[in-house]
Amino acid sequence: MSADGIYPDDLKYTKEHEWLEARSGRATVGVTHYAQAELGDIVYVELPQVGAAVVAGEAFGTVESVKAVSELFAPASGTVAEVNGALTDKPDVVNRDPYGDGWMIRITMADPKEVDGLMTAAQYRKYIEDEAN
Amino acid sequence: MTSEPAAGPLKTTPLLGIARSLGGKCVPFAGWEMAVQFSSVIDEHMAVRTKAGIFDVSHMGEIEIEGSGALAIVQRLTCNDASRLVDGQAQYSGLLNEAGGFVDDILVYRRAEDRYLLVINAGNTDKDVAWVKKHGAGDADIRDASRGYAQIALQGPLAETILQGLVRADLRSIGYYRFIETDVRGARSIVSRTGYTGEDGFEIYGPSGAAEDLFKALLEAGRPHGLQPCGLGARDTLRLEARMPLYGNDLDDTTTPLEAGLGGIARLAKGEFIGRASLEKQKKEGVTRSLAGFEMVDRGIARHDYAVRHEGRPAGRVTSGTFAPFLKKNIGLAYVPPALATVGSRFAVVIRERDAAAVVVETPFYRRPAKASGRT
Repeated sequence: MSADGIYPDDLKYTKEHEWLEARSGRATVGVTHYAQAELGDIVYVELPQVGAAVVAGEAFGTVESVKAVSELFAPASGTVAEVNGALTDKPDVVNRDPYGDGWMIRITMADPKEVDGLMTAAQYRKYIEDEAN
Repeated sequence: MTSEPAAGPLKTTPLLGIARSLGGKCVPFAGWEMAVQFSSVIDEHMAVRTKAGIFDVSHMGEIEIEGSGALAIVQRLTCNDASRLVDGQAQYSGLLNEAGGFVDDILVYRRAEDRYLLVINAGNTDKDVAWVKKHGAGDADIRDASRGYAQIALQGPLAETILQGLVRADLRSIGYYRFIETDVRGARSIVSRTGYTGEDGFEIYGPSGAAEDLFKALLEAGRPHGLQPCGLGARDTLRLEARMPLYGNDLDDTTTPLEAGLGGIARLAKGEFIGRASLEKQKKEGVTRSLAGFEMVDRGIARHDYAVRHEGRPAGRVTSGTFAPFLKKNIGLAYVPPALATVGSRFAVVIRERDAAAVVVETPFYRRPAKASGRT
């Protein structure tokens, strides 16, 4: 798998292949094009309840493809404000539209500065190229 | 994600190059570098159920047993009754240890009265060859022929149509678990109506040097029929829907045919064979666990080695589990006490420390529709 996927410039990225879009203290979180391609057909997504606390770098949920189970790691700390319930019945949306309808949770961030520690699109692209080699 | 620790250099089949050129995602499997998927597991699975798929399964091992004492050796080494085979017939069987556990689950091909071929699992090849040589004393030669054979599986309702264009023999004359030896594009091959998908289809054993030519020719012949190259990912989901066991998951050295629901291949009346005494005893005393097929009732996917609980207590382990792409259900197999293995019984599968309800169902989970015509 190479880095020739789509990695929007206005998002931030983690080493565990989540993306985050920060907007006035709220962050939308999902998995990257690379993650969904590596996993293959996604058939199950397990997400936290609204109100749950999430901690940067710690697991907040699980995504399963036909052949693999993978944990989801929070890119930032805070409280879950919204969950994408549509993924319960249509988890394959994550494969088709990882940055759009395949979003997973929205977090009310405890410390918006945490986002500064995440990778830019260019850095992430380089990171997955290195990881592939 | 799918991976296993590297233990020395990986072995490769003669078809790895073409698998890569077709976009196959290649990973280590049982010491081999093999394609796990091409387009997607679900896509490939559905192609086999509705049209056809082609798999490189050249990692499988082959042992040839040849000589006047061949049948006696096969009878002693395997639990099914090979004396019931005629030339050109194959049989699912087991190599068992003294305790009745599976050294391996295998196919026995009778090529002639004095000539048998055992097809064995890739990851067990060295172990099986040593076992067969150690316990195969008698008037026959035993040879590990694994490197000489490539194996291609062509599976799906359109497999016969696709293959027929490449062989002169009438494939309709080959019944289920029957085979012929014939020239396929100039290479002497075994063409066998067998498979590991629950679908009609063929397994073709030919010389390694001819494998790439045959694979390409089949792809070409299959293109108008929707034939797709398939990886080990789809092979696993297909075999599980058909409730075919996977060695290392559902079977191992400690599980017996009686526990695995494979009593039909344990022919205790055929005469002496390795493991027979233990099976006799187990049959008399009753098994303490049975392999049950289940569907998840609660959300969640059962996976290999997840714990099973019943009324809050440990009750067994999941041996295989997946999302079933054709059935669109989460299914699995688990060893549980016999009382819990009956259809309709409920137990819990522990998924990330939570109990998720499952119910025992009839298996195979998937059974292919009866053919409108044909002689299988």
